[in-house]
Amino acid sequence: MGCGRMEKKIMGYVDGRLKEGERLEMEKHLSTCALCQLRVNEFRAVDVLLDEVPMIEPSAAFDVRVWARVAAEPGKQSWWAWFAPSPRVAFAASMLVLAMMWLGSRPAEPPLNASEVETINQNMPVLENFDVLSNFAPLTDLPQPVQADEGSDTNQNQQM
Amino acid sequence: MLDVKAGDEQSFALLLHRYRSPLVNFLYRMVRNREQAEDLAQEVFLRVYRAREDYIPSAKFTTWLFRIATNLALNSVRDNRYQRMEISLDAPVTTDAEDGDEKTMDVAEKHPNIEQHLIEEARRKMIRLAIEKLPEKQRAAVLLHKYQELDYGEIAKILQCSESALKSLLFRAYETLRVELAPLVAQQARP
Repeated sequence: MGCGRMEKKIMGYVDGRLKEGERLEMEKHLSTCALCQLRVNEFRAVDVLLDEVPMIEPSAAFDVRVWARVAAEPGKQSWWAWFAPSPRVAFAASMLVLAMMWLGSRPAEPPLNASEVETINQNMPVLENFDVLSNFAPLTDLPQPVQADEGSDTNQNQQM
Repeated sequence: MLDVKAGDEQSFALLLHRYRSPLVNFLYRMVRNREQAEDLAQEVFLRVYRAREDYIPSAKFTTWLFRIATNLALNSVRDNRYQRMEISLDAPVTTDAEDGDEKTMDVAEKHPNIEQHLIEEARRKMIRLAIEKLPEKQRAAVLLHKYQELDYGEIAKILQCSESALKSLLFRAYETLRVELAPLVAQQARP
């Protein structure tokens, strides 16, 4: 094994994570290469030095803050939630049912008797006749509709 | 995590208890600010909670968790870098770059005198600074490898690179640390 191949293997060797064959190959190389042996020793020294960095403890309020943030999360609803009972929907549905029951319970209008039907049939030609209706006395008392178009045309002509 | 998925809040509490310290430490070493590290760790847990219903156990939970944490940390480091570049134009010049140092716990019985305590404090500071100076991806690789003791495959998944690329990252990181910590390394490596 050349020194160039050390790069990928050296960490595994320092960690003791190389496979048996790789480890033996590495040791064979190290026995003949003082430079690589020095590097291995120095990497091991770095590894020991890294153990000296002290750990910190999370603050006492850490858990409380996490739970507070979790509690502030909006509930996640799946499409199944559409089928879950909702007070608003239940109220609206019951109001609709009540309204339908009320409408259904109202007494139906009594059917017309034969004489009433006869009277309507007699009056129908009169009601359908425009001339009769336009000369009908009570209607003549109503004010005549204003013919706005004619009046405005006259004014415009005068101004011109 | 599968229990959390089933809506068991007690299991989420267990996850929180088990992973809060490793996460806060990892993020603290990534972003170099305790408050920010805790904020990010909270965000990680929140994302775990949000994703509980969609969680598919295709990878180890630890890998998934640290992947979220690493992505958040790398984004935060990049954002901070731009922020620092903007601030530095107007910021007053300070002679001590370590003003914002976190004080760590003292272990009194290990320090028979103040001089030795100061030496060890300086030594730890030097090591911490050397880690902080590493490029962020190398730093993440070292932290996951050294302090979380994850295997190469897991770390490669977290950093979204090949195992071969990860080994190169670690090699370059250790090379840099070897040079940065040369005086300490020489002491340590002395037979």
